[in-house]
Amino acid sequence: MSSAELLFDSADRPAPTGPVLEVHDLAVSFPSESGRVRAVRGLSYQVAPGEVLGIVGESGSGKSVSSLAVMGLLPPQARITGSIKFQGRELIGLNDGELSKIRGKRVSMVFQDPLSALTPVYTVGDQIAEALLVHRGAKISKQAAAKRAVELLDLVGIPNAVERAKAFPHEFSGGMRQRAVIAMAIANDPDLIIADEPTTALDVTVQAQVLEVLKTAQEVTGAGIVIITHDLGVVAGFADRLMVMYAGKAVETGQVDEIYARPRMPYTLGLLGSIPRLDVGEKQPLVPIVGQPPSLTELPPGCPFAPRCPMEVDACRTAEPELVDVDGSAEHRAACIRTDELAASDTEGAEAAVEIFGAEVVEEAPIAKVPREERKIVLQLSGLVKHYPVTKGVVLKRRVGTVHAVDGISFDIREGETLGVVGESGCGKTTTLMEILNLQKPMGGTLSVLGQDAADLNAKSRKAIRRDLQVVFQDPMAALDPRLPIFDVIAEPMQVHDLDKEHIANRVPELLDLVGLRREHASRYPAEFSGGQRQRIGIARALALNPKLLVLDEPVSALDVSIQAGVINLLEELKAKLGLSYLFVAHDLSVVRHIADRVAVMYLGKIVEIGQVDEVFDAPRHPYTQALLSAIPIPDPVKERQRERILVTGDLPSPANPPSGCRFRTRCFLHATLSEDKQRTCVEVEPPRQEQGEDHEAACHFAQIRQVL
Amino acid sequence: MTGFLLRRLVNYVVLAFVATFLAFSLASITFDPIGVLQQRNPPPPAATIDAKRHDLHLDQPIPQRFFTWMGGVVQGDFGRTIADRPITDELGRRVGVSLRLFLLGITIGILFGVLLGVVSAIRQYKFSDYFATLFSFVVLSTPVFVLGTVLKLGAQNLNNSIGDNVLLFTGETTPGFEGSWIASLLDRVQHLIVPTLTIALGQIAYYSRYQRSSMLDVLGSDFLRTAQAKGLTRRKALFKHGLRTALIPMATLFAFGFGLLVVGGTFTERLFSWFGMGDWLITGISTQDTNVTATVTLFVAVCVLFSGWLADVLYAALDPRIRI
Repeated sequence: MSSAELLFDSADRPAPTGPVLEVHDLAVSFPSESGRVRAVRGLSYQVAPGEVLGIVGESGSGKSVSSLAVMGLLPPQARITGSIKFQGRELIGLNDGELSKIRGKRVSMVFQDPLSALTPVYTVGDQIAEALLVHRGAKISKQAAAKRAVELLDLVGIPNAVERAKAFPHEFSGGMRQRAVIAMAIANDPDLIIADEPTTALDVTVQAQVLEVLKTAQEVTGAGIVIITHDLGVVAGFADRLMVMYAGKAVETGQVDEIYARPRMPYTLGLLGSIPRLDVGEKQPLVPIVGQPPSLTELPPGCPFAPRCPMEVDACRTAEPELVDVDGSAEHRAACIRTDELAASDTEGAEAAVEIFGAEVVEEAPIAKVPREERKIVLQLSGLVKHYPVTKGVVLKRRVGTVHAVDGISFDIREGETLGVVGESGCGKTTTLMEILNLQKPMGGTLSVLGQDAADLNAKSRKAIRRDLQVVFQDPMAALDPRLPIFDVIAEPMQVHDLDKEHIANRVPELLDLVGLRREHASRYPAEFSGGQRQRIGIARALALNPKLLVLDEPVSALDVSIQAGVINLLEELKAKLGLSYLFVAHDLSVVRHIADRVAVMYLGKIVEIGQVDEVFDAPRHPYTQALLSAIPIPDPVKERQRERILVTGDLPSPANPPSGCRFRTRCFLHATLSEDKQRTCVEVEPPRQEQGEDHEAACHFAQIRQVL
Repeated sequence: MTGFLLRRLVNYVVLAFVATFLAFSLASITFDPIGVLQQRNPPPPAATIDAKRHDLHLDQPIPQRFFTWMGGVVQGDFGRTIADRPITDELGRRVGVSLRLFLLGITIGILFGVLLGVVSAIRQYKFSDYFATLFSFVVLSTPVFVLGTVLKLGAQNLNNSIGDNVLLFTGETTPGFEGSWIASLLDRVQHLIVPTLTIALGQIAYYSRYQRSSMLDVLGSDFLRTAQAKGLTRRKALFKHGLRTALIPMATLFAFGFGLLVVGGTFTERLFSWFGMGDWLITGISTQDTNVTATVTLFVAVCVLFSGWLADVLYAALDPRIRI
């Protein structure tokens, strides 16, 4: 850290006393067509020097708006009242010129989407140097600022920083851009860093790297950090204190350990219970929080969470509860009139959530008891290959390379079974899925659905097979035609397959019941539904033809946690009830552990490990699987702090030019520790998939079990 | 990148050739200069008509005529007009007239159009935005000759109220004007103001609409927020990060706007009696002159293609993402 200390000479500054940031009774509202949206309604919190405060809440809870208010970056039509004191100085009421002297110097911010956070037309180095130049003016020369920018890039872990500083943002991957944004944020040695969902848009392996960089940044600058997230896992090991927000207010605050172990507000309890746990082997019931967050234009009196709360009593509807001390400690406060009863119950944490919210483990279908070998194969891929040509030239196209999107993968799915496919973006998950849906003769290998080889299909038999093979997409907003009422949306597959009108008219309400939507809503348009409801519509459409196999492409990753739990439960119920098989593509390994029976881990177009889900998660053999699992944060502060992360270095290599031998070796931590001739094996020989135990295969020359959870 | 631009240029030579060939053929098929001659009263003797037919190569098939003319063009000779004057000399003069008329108007139009668009976007739904929108739509929906005539009237009124001819709007210079170079420059400026205003107003109205929407796209972008978060004032962030990025899609418009206006300003040229390229095309068609029509078409083609090329260069200069 010595070079870093040289970078940040904080000796010339008096040691700060008192909180860095004091927010008191902050309220923010925006005008809208249906009245004023009260996005933040009386929020108070403090951040001590060097402290990490986590702010957790669902979308629309006011967590981002409140921090943009601190930065003074809200649009001019926002009305802000209350007080925001930074190092004792009131920020509300300062003009743009005065605020700009504080922004980026004393307080800086890291945003959610690194892909759009940098100006596309200036080099990364210039943009970092600009942060220095704008605050130090004549005190720093352009050359010195450029040099410093390189040092900062180096500090946040950009290899070859001198060269990379001259690159434009589009030449950086998402993770590298987020590092650059962090470099910008710490350039002037700030006293407070606000990170707004800094890792949400990133892959898990990159998320772990970026969190590590944020930690370094904090150590080097000694700044207080406000980290905003919807992921209770991310903050568990990182934050000191936590504030849970709901409908524009803090509903629970306290030390991280305290809140995770003894939540005293039913909403927090529900949130904790709604996350599938990576570290829990046996089937755990997921707590869905029913309903939607309230509209912030006209809040009814009483607790805003009451309509969704299982513990709601009449008194909840009379007045909105204030934050009160819990268990006699001012450290832990919750806004619920029934905290005492929560405290008195015998169970705690997720267990209590399950009890209070009445969640149940979904019963398995009878087919699940039949041994795997005796069940029918519904989907079989063997050696499937999909390459894309890279061409150059407009008139005379010539092939200059090949993208090895999918490079020989094999797996099968049996009746009543869920196979989870996981891996980073770019590993070939989606290509595999598209190849299956395409039902054409693959470029290499074979693909057969319900015993029929795709190569033998003609147009008619292909259409017939599509009845049994349906898909649910990731983005429920984009997957539904906004101009069709949902009756038509759900009826469409049946119309395509020429089912008679009467059947369709009966079937649609049946499907709506099945996915937990109301029959009366059939005439409404997709825009009138929330994200979770739209995903249910998408599922209803997929089920319309009574398929045997559902292909699910990240079906819950666009949803808030509390909504996600409901959709996962629904999928499990449907599978049991209808005897479906799922191919479940996801990047969230916790969800996969919860829902899948078997899991396949993909890396650069290959399957590196496949097997029964508990087997793979509890005793991973392949270093990549180990790294992936280790990168996932667990929503348990005590466990999380004890875990040692296996950090995968760098980004995914280009699939147009995959490394020789083992494709993972360039980022493999194990490879680096091997003796020279063993390393040569990795470089020269592509590892075959080898049996590692009952229904467990891994493709590594030096596979060994490593516990990472 | 240079290789790419060079290849583009070669493609353009071919395209310009094709465009000119088509224009030449169409003109040759429709024009009937001999018919005009024959209708003279008293009719000219047959020998004169035959001689004229031979002079105009009308006894040859059209492709041959084209290649004869093109052969000259390659050597810098654009042939002769129907009145038997060399085209090349007049071409140089007329291009000069058009450029002198339009360069200033276009430059002012681009500058103020961008400015107006940016201000409109930043103050969206404020009075200034509504005013700019109203102005643009009024100007865009007014035909150029109406706009020009209104401005002429306004200038006349101004002159009357001052009691001196300050603003002049016929021709490029006062005929027979003599004086020092400063005086003659002033004379030219006096002639330039009203036509420039006519051109600029239309251009401002046009560009400001596009600039407004491209700026609005950028206004909500994350990188603008990042720029402010690192300590730039809103104004500085808007101009350094916002406008710079919002200009990228405008590059194509600027380039083509320029190329098309140099030859598309026929009404403006006629209205203010500037005898430039636009005027020449009308003259060429009305005198049934194939060579003039083909020459102007070639010039148009070159302008348009060069604009496309310029747009590519501008784009690459402005946007690092598309540099090859």
